Amino acid sequence: MSMNPELANWRMEEIDDTVVLTLDVAGQSSNTLSSAVLEEFDRVLGQIEGRPLKGIVIRSAKTRSFIVGADVTQFRTISDAMQATGLARTAQGVFSRLARLPFPSIALIHGNCLGGGLELALACTYRIAREDEGTRLGLPEVRLGIHPGFAGTVRLPRLVGDLAALDLMLTGRSVSARQALALGLVDEIVPDRHLLDAAYAFAARHPRPKRAPWWKHVPSWSVLRKPVVRLLQRPLRKKVDPEHYPAPYRILDLWRRAAAQDAEALSLGEMMVSRTSRSLVDIFLIGEELKRRGRRQPHGVTHVHVIGAGTMGADIAIWAAFKGFRVSLQDQNQEALARAIGKAHGFYRKKLRKRAAIQDAMDRLMPDTNGNGLRRADLVIEAIIENADAKRDLLKSVEGIVRPDTLLATNTSSIPLEILGEALKDPSRLVGLHFFNPVAQMQLVEIVRGRQTGEEALDRARAFTVAIDRLPLDVQSSPGFLVNRVLMPYLIEAMVMVEEGVAIEQIDLAATRFGMPMGPVLLADTVGLDICLSVAEMLAVPLGIQVPERLRETVARGNLGKKSGRGFYVFDKSGRPKRKAVRRHSDVPVTERMILRMLNGAVACLREGVVSDRDAVDAGMVYGTGFAPYLGGPMRYAEALGEVGIASSLKRLAHEYGSRFDPDEGWSRPELLSHRMLPQD
Amino acid sequence: MSDEKVFVVDGARTPFLKARGRANEFSAADLAVAAARPVLARAPFAPQQIDEVIVGCVIPAPDEANIARIISLRLGCGKAVPAFTVQRNCASGLQALASARERIAQGRAHLVLAGGTEAMSRAPIQWNAAMSDWLAAVMRARNPVARLRAIAGFRPSFLVPVYALLLGLTDPLVQLNMGQTAEIVAHRFGIAREEQDTYALGSHQRLAMAYSSGLMRGEIEPIYDSRGRVYLEDTGLRRDTTLDQLAGLKPVFDRKYGSVTSGNSSQVTDGAAMLLLASETAVRRYGLTVLGELVGEEWAGVDPAQMGLGPVHAVSKLLVRFNLQMGDIRQMELNEAFAAQVLACQSAWDSPEYARDELGINTPHGAVDRSRLNMEGGAVAIGHPVGASGARLVLHLLRSLKHHGGGLGIATLCIGGGQGGAMLVRAGGGQA
Repeated sequence: MSMNPELANWRMEEIDDTVVLTLDVAGQSSNTLSSAVLEEFDRVLGQIEGRPLKGIVIRSAKTRSFIVGADVTQFRTISDAMQATGLARTAQGVFSRLARLPFPSIALIHGNCLGGGLELALACTYRIAREDEGTRLGLPEVRLGIHPGFAGTVRLPRLVGDLAALDLMLTGRSVSARQALALGLVDEIVPDRHLLDAAYAFAARHPRPKRAPWWKHVPSWSVLRKPVVRLLQRPLRKKVDPEHYPAPYRILDLWRRAAAQDAEALSLGEMMVSRTSRSLVDIFLIGEELKRRGRRQPHGVTHVHVIGAGTMGADIAIWAAFKGFRVSLQDQNQEALARAIGKAHGFYRKKLRKRAAIQDAMDRLMPDTNGNGLRRADLVIEAIIENADAKRDLLKSVEGIVRPDTLLATNTSSIPLEILGEALKDPSRLVGLHFFNPVAQMQLVEIVRGRQTGEEALDRARAFTVAIDRLPLDVQSSPGFLVNRVLMPYLIEAMVMVEEGVAIEQIDLAATRFGMPMGPVLLADTVGLDICLSVAEMLAVPLGIQVPERLRETVARGNLGKKSGRGFYVFDKSGRPKRKAVRRHSDVPVTERMILRMLNGAVACLREGVVSDRDAVDAGMVYGTGFAPYLGGPMRYAEALGEVGIASSLKRLAHEYGSRFDPDEGWSRPELLSHRMLPQD
Repeated sequence: MSDEKVFVVDGARTPFLKARGRANEFSAADLAVAAARPVLARAPFAPQQIDEVIVGCVIPAPDEANIARIISLRLGCGKAVPAFTVQRNCASGLQALASARERIAQGRAHLVLAGGTEAMSRAPIQWNAAMSDWLAAVMRARNPVARLRAIAGFRPSFLVPVYALLLGLTDPLVQLNMGQTAEIVAHRFGIAREEQDTYALGSHQRLAMAYSSGLMRGEIEPIYDSRGRVYLEDTGLRRDTTLDQLAGLKPVFDRKYGSVTSGNSSQVTDGAAMLLLASETAVRRYGLTVLGELVGEEWAGVDPAQMGLGPVHAVSKLLVRFNLQMGDIRQMELNEAFAAQVLACQSAWDSPEYARDELGINTPHGAVDRSRLNMEGGAVAIGHPVGASGARLVLHLLRSLKHHGGGLGIATLCIGGGQGGAMLVRAGGGQA
């Protein structure tokens, strides 16, 4: 029985003087804390705070989550820091009201309980979580370039101790119900059938609320706060540059100052309007949009057959089985299969830990010398050597065995789909699923459309990609698709500079200072110089790329990079490159040459219609290569620099270094640059 | 009502992995999953279409109760497919096939996954009964004094472990080790050490030849371990062994005067063999390719102290029942528990006295032509994972018959405890 028909998002029932308040945000599959939801919550609290109740239970009506956080789409409408601070203060006020209720409040947590959702739970007297793998609790704000702003930085250390709280906030990682119990983040974990009983029991018994034991608060002794921060900053600096990502440093700063809620709100306001946060939020939302597009159609896949147990084939198979699909991995070479199975064991042991879960995943992954899995496969992904004839022969023979409705996919990184499709009776079912290495870390999958690829094949490929928790990005079949096309000129320019005599360490340092996850020279060594060379040669003619002699020579000498122990770098036994110290030069000329070639390529992709809009370019480069996320991808970076300025810089470089820097004509076509995925305010 | 025909439509086994003291990585369930998974993958129907899963296993691990159900679920047959485990010692795998055959013959099932598995290297080592009693007494003690008193009752002998494998290989009634029963039949039929060693050498040579000619390729599914290694062949096979080497081995069961050595006995191994059985209806409905037909089986009991002679009796019953002569049998797979025991069976079939006194028939069946017996070697070279062997014999017999031109075949084993089991098969059978 609902007492408040005017509530749009909350449902209120009263049983035995206990209010059960269920959040069911209208029109969404998961709950987020928008202003409207908070305002209604505040009204409910106002109605019940004066009443003689036994307690209030807060839960979610969504099947898969409690509350996944603040409403991120709302972030984009915030124009100044004071507005953001104001929002944080409002939420803090509502949560304080919740915390001050004269009777106990109990959060019943199932599924994702993240960000603002966890902060709401932290304001409750007790937290009870459902004990299954689906329940995850965490404060991932730092991943969006901000920090908790609804009193999380204040309440979490009190509850779980300072170091545990800082760890959760700095990494943004989430924990399972069991881990949350061990941390003291929740009071009890129970199976689904006992959630409400447990809540009533807590309301009736009203035990003293949990708090971390005194020794977990030792780091907060005022003399210790400074040294503790210094200690925590050191490893942090190795991972993230404070110039690019200020939020984690701000979390440490707030804690060092033992900041109260108001300081938290003020700081949040600043973070929220920073370029870093805006970029990260945009990239996150584009990712969400890509997922939404992928979910529109069913994939109809339960059994995936992967052909080729090389690095990519093995990793794709291992990942798909990890995500719950039955997978057969075919290769004639049993040693390659054995390596893949060994690798799968290692990966599942690390990720799944529990014996039963590891065994389950291993049972789903079937090594397959004879192609036993083909006949009933719903999706076949070929990942054999990058050779058009070999792939065509394979696809032709596969088509003769599989069901007529089996989706055929190729992981080719350079061969046009039209050429591979020629081998098939029905080329409309052939689609490109271009994964990136390492599959477990790179979220992007390019969904490659050849001229003959059918809509249904594309829909299913996108849906499958989302089902294995990767981001599907539509690209046209053209040399290098998007990511390699944009990345290759950058790698080539780095090698040209090596030929000119610039130290490899300096080149890589300039790139990482810019914000790339790895320098181009080390990247080439890691991917394998032979692979770089073959991709470069494949792209050389269509894109007019000059392949550096130095690369050819190095490969000819058998120095293939990390895998052979020597490429541009020399690698030690554990696979770490030996780096020489370099004198500090200005990075500017080095960075400018590499990055501008990348931007130039990005615009060329837009002009040629490889992708539909500039947001797609950004998503591709950030999720596919790790391109400086704080800049929001190459097109957002170009926008910040100003397109006119870029064109003139390119002209200057072309004058100095040659025609490869000639600005693409796309720079002077504003209509090309205006398409986006996200709405513009 | 006449019985439905029962066909074997597919099957595979793992390489048999020799137990070398330490437990191998694969559990009995792992092995069966590895053998059956490719079979189900290449079948034209989903695993959920199977009616029943039946698996033979002698010593499943303590966490593998009703191992057939575990295997069935791990193979993705789904919760609705029932499964049960059978145990008939060395013939457990054959019993699984026999049970499956009966279900289909009666028209109660159309598709049954059946076979056997054993991880002998992982047979548990248990506390003895005195230790269990002592632990129980300590647990039951109600107060500290009683508990101390209970604890004080401990004796070092409680720590003597019980090896389940050794117990399993010892007849509990006549208190003879299986090897000793082989010594007894060797003595009875005067099987000399040299004959046994020559036979054993032949087993290795025949298996080696089968591998090099590619004959085993379709039968064996490679198995992959967690450290990235692959096993393609039976690890007990010794291509380089010689008569001299075999002659140099010491008898292990009757140490002083015996003739049965580790070289002329089957090897303690881990492995699984799984077969897919189908009714005529299922063969037609799914267009299945038939490997052969399971015609029928017979079981016989013998003196537990001479359990190695079990096949003599089981095969005799089978021949009599189907009105066949030994010469009608194109190939026989007789499990090589011990070379001595195989040779003793041959002697018994040749012996008029044995035929008259023990089998109750007037003329002896006659021994099987050695060239048609265990044509691609046997357990001496391959190994004898007790629960799996029966299924391996039938699978290999059908494949071998098909290769060598078809006809009737018999797969038979001696069974610890004094039994013999034998199954009559017919290769091919086409689109029945």
